[in-house]
Amino acid sequence: MTKNPSKLKGAQILLECLHREKVKVIFGYPGGSVLDVYNALYESNLQHILVRHEQAAVHAADGYARVTGDVGVCLVTSGPGATNTVTGLATAYMDSIPIVVFTGQVPTMLIGNDAFQEADIVGISRPCTKHNYLVKSVAELPRIIKEAFYIARSGRPGPVLVDLPKDIIGAEIDFEYPEKIDMRSYKPTYKGNRRQIVRAVEEITKAKKPVIYAGGGVVLSNASHELGLFARQFQIPVTTTLMGMGCYPGTDQLSLGMLGMHGTYRANMAVSSCDLLIAVGARFDDRVTGDLNTFAAGATVIHIDIDPTSISKNIKVSIPIVGDCREILKDMIEVAGEKKIKKNDRKAWFYTIADWRNKHSIEYQMDAVIKPQYVIEKLYELTSGKAIITTEVGQNQMWAAQYYIFDEPRKFLTSGGLGTMGYGFPAAIGAQVAHPKATVIDIAGDGSIQMNIQELATAVQYGLPVKIAILNNMCLGMVRQWQQLFYKKRYSHSTFQRHPDFVKLAEAYGAVGLRAEKPGEVESVIKKALAVKDRPVIMDFVVDPEECVYPMVPAGAPISNMILL
Amino acid sequence: MRHTISVMVDNRPGVLSRIAGLFSGRGFNIESLSVNETLDPTMSQMTIVTRGDDRILEQITKQLNKLIDIIKVVDYESSGSDFIERELALIKVNVDEHKRSEVLSIIDIFRCKVVDVSRTHYTVEVTGDENKIQAIIDLFRPLGIKELVRSGKAAMLREHKIKA
Repeated sequence: MTKNPSKLKGAQILLECLHREKVKVIFGYPGGSVLDVYNALYESNLQHILVRHEQAAVHAADGYARVTGDVGVCLVTSGPGATNTVTGLATAYMDSIPIVVFTGQVPTMLIGNDAFQEADIVGISRPCTKHNYLVKSVAELPRIIKEAFYIARSGRPGPVLVDLPKDIIGAEIDFEYPEKIDMRSYKPTYKGNRRQIVRAVEEITKAKKPVIYAGGGVVLSNASHELGLFARQFQIPVTTTLMGMGCYPGTDQLSLGMLGMHGTYRANMAVSSCDLLIAVGARFDDRVTGDLNTFAAGATVIHIDIDPTSISKNIKVSIPIVGDCREILKDMIEVAGEKKIKKNDRKAWFYTIADWRNKHSIEYQMDAVIKPQYVIEKLYELTSGKAIITTEVGQNQMWAAQYYIFDEPRKFLTSGGLGTMGYGFPAAIGAQVAHPKATVIDIAGDGSIQMNIQELATAVQYGLPVKIAILNNMCLGMVRQWQQLFYKKRYSHSTFQRHPDFVKLAEAYGAVGLRAEKPGEVESVIKKALAVKDRPVIMDFVVDPEECVYPMVPAGAPISNMILL
Repeated sequence: MRHTISVMVDNRPGVLSRIAGLFSGRGFNIESLSVNETLDPTMSQMTIVTRGDDRILEQITKQLNKLIDIIKVVDYESSGSDFIERELALIKVNVDEHKRSEVLSIIDIFRCKVVDVSRTHYTVEVTGDENKIQAIIDLFRPLGIKELVRSGKAAMLREHKIKA
């Protein structure tokens, strides 16, 4: 326990705890129940970003967490303030992102009374948080905050919500911050079982056609370096999931690109015909596996994951190893010792893969109109592949994943699990707050950008030079694509009759608005946008409305069953 | 297959709701449930009876273990050990003059207790495993059951038998 306790109000305790947890910035929106906290913030040097909608506060904290690896923090008021965080919480929960959300609550006496701006947010958020708390006395506040941060960042990370009744944040106690955490019911496993690791290494040295299938867990556990060493030592090709993008260098020879519904032909074929599949920090999501019965059907499966519930949930695993990806990969390298596979030993396997690579599945035809893929290729080229990319959800997300190649982790921010439209822009704001000098680009669709467009005001207020590239096809592209392919071209409510003029809209907010209508204008628009350093930019690319994302595996089909262009 | 799962949890508000939410959210079934404090008042013991194949049961126990407030999960069926299972029922049965002796003889055979008596009804308390409770209900049913309340199951592993 710390010495010299002093009397503090709940609100001050909250800020003091945030300071102890090394929180530098919070994203929030004030309201009645949290006025005491905002009053304390008035004289605090904690940076507070005032968003324009609470959902955006959570996505921004999530974006901040994804690029930094630190816990993102939000502060909102009770009732609607709290309920507006739900989509953000669910997004972070599905993608295992460490955030802590503080919500105001009506005074303890009024809870259950249908008081003004009362909502049972602990009840509402239970299934979409890793854990949550209703603080019932100011004395337990420091311990709860400490636990909240610990739970958010440890084990399989995730969002934690702390509900703060108004009387609790107004009450005073002697402040002591617990130095230790002791939770008898929560002890994540980090070290992998040695015997399983030895078995896995044996299988790897025997395998003729191995593939590594790396997911978001590699990013979360900062295991990219170890994954690289491991893949090269055993000469194993690597495919990444949408969430794992960048955890293995996309431009590396061993990289197969993304797998799954819109993955590369070579990745899907390699996984379908491999004899050993090493899943690292991935969860066999249905968008990855397609038909479960044919997924890696002939392969021995090694599954490394910190969450035991992910193991054997969808696919029967031969060698499960529960623990932290980084620790386990390190141990595997250590166990392997001098054992090594030379490139030559994998000649036949690499030859087959090279053949699949020649299929050029990630491809499009140039035209007189702008092709959305071309825009992303140009973004990649003009940023030298170094930008932080966020996406919305749908075609824009898949094209971003296919055409922007990532060599580093924590550069690609996307709502992989929940598929939240409106995620990309606020996440980009969070990323830009974390890295003010970085180039941050939200690759958006004309539909999803309008789900959190109000945050332009936030970005303008704080001078955040986030770039928004709208691939404007005047429709909900992915919905339209499915209607074209699977619903006999009955385009039910997927095309927009009217849009705002995005250039004028940007200008109205005090941002920069640019538009490209022909392929020849794309490059100059991007260059102009990249030169802006003090405010957000909207680039409105008028693209081919008919364009579809290919290759594509129909939902539930075997992933080798690809519709190519 | 039916499984009896013992779950040791932190005795905190909201824990039951987390568990119930987990079962409903993931499409698992709860057939019976009982909860009470343990010798250590900071912990509660839940006995959950559920149904599913091996894969589902594996998920249920793993998902339960993943909840922050849960200390220990034991699936008795999968543990391979013998265990004792009991439930309690209160049965309010008709006892007009013609039936009274029959009711009493059933009570005698099953070694249960009459805990409340009126001119028209006896309330019978019976404990036992599910088969016994079902049997007594089946016998009382033709005589007229006015009301029936059954508890969830309580279960406990047997100590190792003494070798002969």
